[in-house]
Amino acid sequence: MATLNVAGVTKRFGTTQVLHGIDLDVTDGEMIVIVGASGCGKSTLLRIVAGLETATTGSIRIEERDVTALEPAERDVAMVFQNYALYPHMTVFQNMAYGLKIRGRSPEDIRRRVAEAAGMLEIQHLLERRPRQLSGGQRQRVAMGRAIVRDPKLFLFDEPLSNLDAKLRVTMRAEIKRLQRRLGVTSLFVTHDQVEAMTLGDRLVVMHQGRAAQIATPMEIWSHPADTYVAGFIGSPSMNFLPGVMEAGAVRLETGLLLPVSAPLADGHKVTLGIRPEHLLIGNGGLTLAVELLEPLGGETVVHGKLDNGTTVVAKVPTGSVPGDTLGVILPLDKLHIFDAESGLRL
Amino acid sequence: MAAPASFLFKGKFLPLVLLLPQLIITGVFFFWPAFQAVYQSFLREDAFGLSSQFVGFENFTDVLSDPTWLQSFGRTIFFSTAVAGLALSVALFLAVQADKQIRASTTFKTMLIWPYAVAPAVAAVLWLFMFHPNIGLFGRMLNAAGIPWDYKLNGDQAMLLVIIASAWKQVSYNFIFFLAGLQAIPRSVLEAAAIDGAKPMRRFWTVVFPLLSPTAFFLLVVNLTYAFFDTFGVIHSITQGGPGKATETLIYRVYTDGVMNLNLGTSAAQSVILMIMVIALTMVQFRFIERKVHY
Repeated sequence: MATLNVAGVTKRFGTTQVLHGIDLDVTDGEMIVIVGASGCGKSTLLRIVAGLETATTGSIRIEERDVTALEPAERDVAMVFQNYALYPHMTVFQNMAYGLKIRGRSPEDIRRRVAEAAGMLEIQHLLERRPRQLSGGQRQRVAMGRAIVRDPKLFLFDEPLSNLDAKLRVTMRAEIKRLQRRLGVTSLFVTHDQVEAMTLGDRLVVMHQGRAAQIATPMEIWSHPADTYVAGFIGSPSMNFLPGVMEAGAVRLETGLLLPVSAPLADGHKVTLGIRPEHLLIGNGGLTLAVELLEPLGGETVVHGKLDNGTTVVAKVPTGSVPGDTLGVILPLDKLHIFDAESGLRL
Repeated sequence: MAAPASFLFKGKFLPLVLLLPQLIITGVFFFWPAFQAVYQSFLREDAFGLSSQFVGFENFTDVLSDPTWLQSFGRTIFFSTAVAGLALSVALFLAVQADKQIRASTTFKTMLIWPYAVAPAVAAVLWLFMFHPNIGLFGRMLNAAGIPWDYKLNGDQAMLLVIIASAWKQVSYNFIFFLAGLQAIPRSVLEAAAIDGAKPMRRFWTVVFPLLSPTAFFLLVVNLTYAFFDTFGVIHSITQGGPGKATETLIYRVYTDGVMNLNLGTSAAQSVILMIMVIALTMVQFRFIERKVHY
């Protein structure tokens, strides 16, 4: 149980700046998901917290203790790796006991803790096996077990579900969340999968090119994305973006449509309007899509269409409601997001 | 990939012709001499080589009950253990150091593999010139420093020199295998150990070394075989088994008894014993490695 404070952490590999000053305060027992496309620096940030990489500048504090210069061993954190990183020459029991043994626990204590963690993860029957005799899901559980037995201050997860098949991933995701709640251990979870991020995190850190684009709860990020990157990254299918220009306190879209969205901007200022596919309503008087592709998902259908000016628009509508080659959609004003076209920031 | 032979080649003629050179080499230089050795080991020749008679296992009992042969045997065990131990530990140390370097590792690899390309006799001459008491750089330095160094008089020094020269040649071979073994260990496993609280030394002995042990065992057998049988050139060039019999290993004794003393029967019996040893070593290796390698 601990708090984590990341303050002004930057990282530079040679001439490449990977992290540009990350600040993050995690409260006790919170589950923070760091999400972003590959190469955004999310894994680097996690490894800096773990002590596997050193920050170029900035500091890390765990439970108010400055650990920036400490070795991983001295930070009292546990990490679950993407490829599980189990010790191949040890049995499951030995894998889980390794960290305890190094910390000089008594054999009875080790046995008790391993048994307890194994029970929690339902891997008691696997304790004498070696990693290569386990399936992907079982290895995942052992890796979790190895983290749990140590009773660390912090859990770090580095894309632990990405090597599992889709079905198992959903099960393990729920299990990780349940365990984390039950143990109440402060956790950082790195993933590139926005569904994983939305479902797991108490709060998300959406990272983009080495910066934290937004740090907020999943719903806050979904309903008030800080910029066009976050808006496009979170949500599936992605948000539609329509370029427009301010005109007499309203927005004139390239298609000619004038939308009375108020923004304190001068006429002629370029903006980007965002609207989620599920918020588009069927009806006339808005935009007309030339339908290109229908993706029926059952009760709903995802429509891919194009506007006159070539902009692609995706709408999620009830199945069976697409009349033909064209589809008229209207944009509910209260669901519109307005961003500055140049900076991409929310207005 | 297990395609039937007829799939690759029509008929039997071409494959046979293609295999023939290798079969001839193996036959002429291995099976024939091996057979000859076994045959000779049951015979005893008169002093002039004019007649020979069948003596059964007498040559073997003679060899095995000869105290000087037993001394040779003990010496060989010591020599081989020392060569294998030295070659393995130095190679492991170098491989661990090279593994830490990411940029220059290719250069290190290339440079460290060179000694393997040096013939044993040449390697021996190299060390001989360094440690010759009169003309060798280090030999002179040792004497100048007041250490009476002369491997031609001092048996222990002679042994030390042939051990170092023999091990030096084998280090490069071991190094390559160790380095490959080290690089096959996933980084994340070592990181997991670091997070689990293991300090570098502990990580090495509890994670790295166990994962290297199949490699290490394979190399141990290869090195022992090398020290037993392939070090003839080194010993012959540096000490010729002397001073006295201080560096006379089993393989060198086969040469002394057979070629120098023309005692073909006992020499052949000794080679057969050596042959059995190498077969045993190889069998141990295959058995052990098949059973033990689990990652």
